[in-house]
Amino acid sequence: MEKGPAGASPWRLAARRLRRDKTSIAFGFVFILLVAACLAAPLWAEHVAHTTPEANHLSDTIEIDGETVNVVGFDGVPIGPTWQGEFFLGADGNGRDVMVRLLYGGRNSLLIGITAALLTTLFGVLAGLFAGYFRGWVDAVLSRLMDIIWAFPVILLGIALGTSLALGGLKIGPISIGGASLAIPILVISIVYIPYLARPIRGQVLGLREKEFVEAARAQGKGSLRIMFSEILPNITSTILVFFPLLVANAILLEAALSFLGAGVQPPEPSWGTMIDEGVERIVTAPTMAIVPGLMLVLTVLSLNVFGDGVRDALDPRAKVKVDR
Amino acid sequence: MARFIARRLASMVLVLFAVSVLTFLIFNVIPNGDPAVRMAGKQPTEQQIEAIRKEWGFDKNIVVQYGTTMKKLFTGDMVSYFTQLSVTKEIWKGLPRTLSLAIGAAIIWMLFGVALGLYSAMRAGGISDRLLTVLALIGISMPVFWIGALMNQYLGFELSNKLGFELFPNGGYVEFTDNPFEWFRHLILPWFALAILFIGVYSRVLRSNILDTVNEDFVRTARAKGLSERQVLLKHVLRNSLIPVVTLWGLDFAVVIGGGAILTETVFNLQGVGQYAADAIGQLDVPPILAVTMFGAFFVVFFNTVVDIVYAALDPRIRLESGETAT
Repeated sequence: MEKGPAGASPWRLAARRLRRDKTSIAFGFVFILLVAACLAAPLWAEHVAHTTPEANHLSDTIEIDGETVNVVGFDGVPIGPTWQGEFFLGADGNGRDVMVRLLYGGRNSLLIGITAALLTTLFGVLAGLFAGYFRGWVDAVLSRLMDIIWAFPVILLGIALGTSLALGGLKIGPISIGGASLAIPILVISIVYIPYLARPIRGQVLGLREKEFVEAARAQGKGSLRIMFSEILPNITSTILVFFPLLVANAILLEAALSFLGAGVQPPEPSWGTMIDEGVERIVTAPTMAIVPGLMLVLTVLSLNVFGDGVRDALDPRAKVKVDR
Repeated sequence: MARFIARRLASMVLVLFAVSVLTFLIFNVIPNGDPAVRMAGKQPTEQQIEAIRKEWGFDKNIVVQYGTTMKKLFTGDMVSYFTQLSVTKEIWKGLPRTLSLAIGAAIIWMLFGVALGLYSAMRAGGISDRLLTVLALIGISMPVFWIGALMNQYLGFELSNKLGFELFPNGGYVEFTDNPFEWFRHLILPWFALAILFIGVYSRVLRSNILDTVNEDFVRTARAKGLSERQVLLKHVLRNSLIPVVTLWGLDFAVVIGGGAILTETVFNLQGVGQYAADAIGQLDVPPILAVTMFGAFFVVFFNTVVDIVYAALDPRIRLESGETAT
């Protein structure tokens, strides 16, 4: 057993275990760096590359070592990495700066991944809490709903929802979302992952609701909502924290897969998925276009996976965490 | 046992029904706008839309619409309005390709996953264990369409140029009945591309299972009665640690056939069921996507039920857990 100072809370012990896990901390730091780099996209675009993610430079030329080179050759082959401010990683088929698009695309990929994971967490925790606490018909309805979502392969449900919503957009009462809006992939991804969180939480809540402290709260006359949110919720926080990094990682991967297939982020809006899609089409002549966004994706997801493992080991090493793709 | 099977089948039918309703709702009801326009694809004419509205009964009430959709799906007269081909026929055509991909990849990921997981557990804490853990994590973090495209380009296309002959082909598919060797050669890269993720997952799961099982009482008993370390590991530890991995295998295999192979098929141009749906996305051609989604989910639900029943037959505890009284 680990020895802590007398009265140290489990949270403090977990935080200390995580701090000692140098690898996890290092990868968590890598993730923060990636986020910071993507947030700084406008700075790079304006001060270093002097362009925007959408600007075409099809007929422009650029100076490299005193020589004038076309950004996109007469044969349609874009310039490769120049390793200088403008077109640092080369251009794509439309003469757009790959480095600038990579950073802006990263903003979209990360925004979608993190927002979708937050929404999944919100929906998943609510569904798990209500199903586990109220049981009976509430549980029956919610659990069947989870079973149905669970029955679909993640990617197929994503494609079905993604294409269907991209066609006409979405209109619920006063809220209207256009077909090309980023809100659509966010919504789609957050829905398909709900059961992966809701099911284990429901299981935990079923056990917790029988505990003495819940009974004590009920005896004090606390209402169901108060008990759920101030008594039970704090006890499932560690499960939520263990799941969250993995949800973000898988949401980012699913965004990339959906965008690659054309059912996620819609061009010309950049994301790592759409960039890989465009890159694979030109992989013979301009391989950087496909390789670089993929590397960013792998690095981001890897850092989240390693950090997520560290969080799990620190909080709850026995937790069974599984998120499908 | 008969009661368990009956109950399991009844719940399967319910889930199948619910899945079909959800798929129907996704395509025919959720978004605003006219479903007939959506079915018709990118640039429909007025007459086409009118004809589709009649054919699918979009002017009727929603229950009749659901009935029409299901009938079209199972009688095979659902057509893509982009290619004018029967959706069901196209799916049947792609099925052997998807099965070839899924079966080969499943064998590869099981073999490699078990071998690497076992090796990692035996060397737990050592350099090779750490290296394998890192590799497994990278494998889990890689999108299959990206690594697949790179394999296709560098091991398929450029390696063939360098060698002067084609070691791995650059995508495409050859029927097994036409030429088994070419079939095999065309599938090697897709098999491995698809298997990478699962090898990573399985080796990690098995490794941690083995490390848990090693501390069990029956392992100590096996050692105490004088079995060699090798026998303890293979006969007692590995066999028990494999149980959850085999469950996982059944479920993942179903998901891959039910649509999970869509990205691999697309990157390697295998023209399987998944790619059929993927190609339809670009044209916003809804009927193929609807049919593949529905059949994919059906298959997953069906296969999961079969796995459950097989498990219950092998392990009576499962029957009891799910509520059946001992007789």
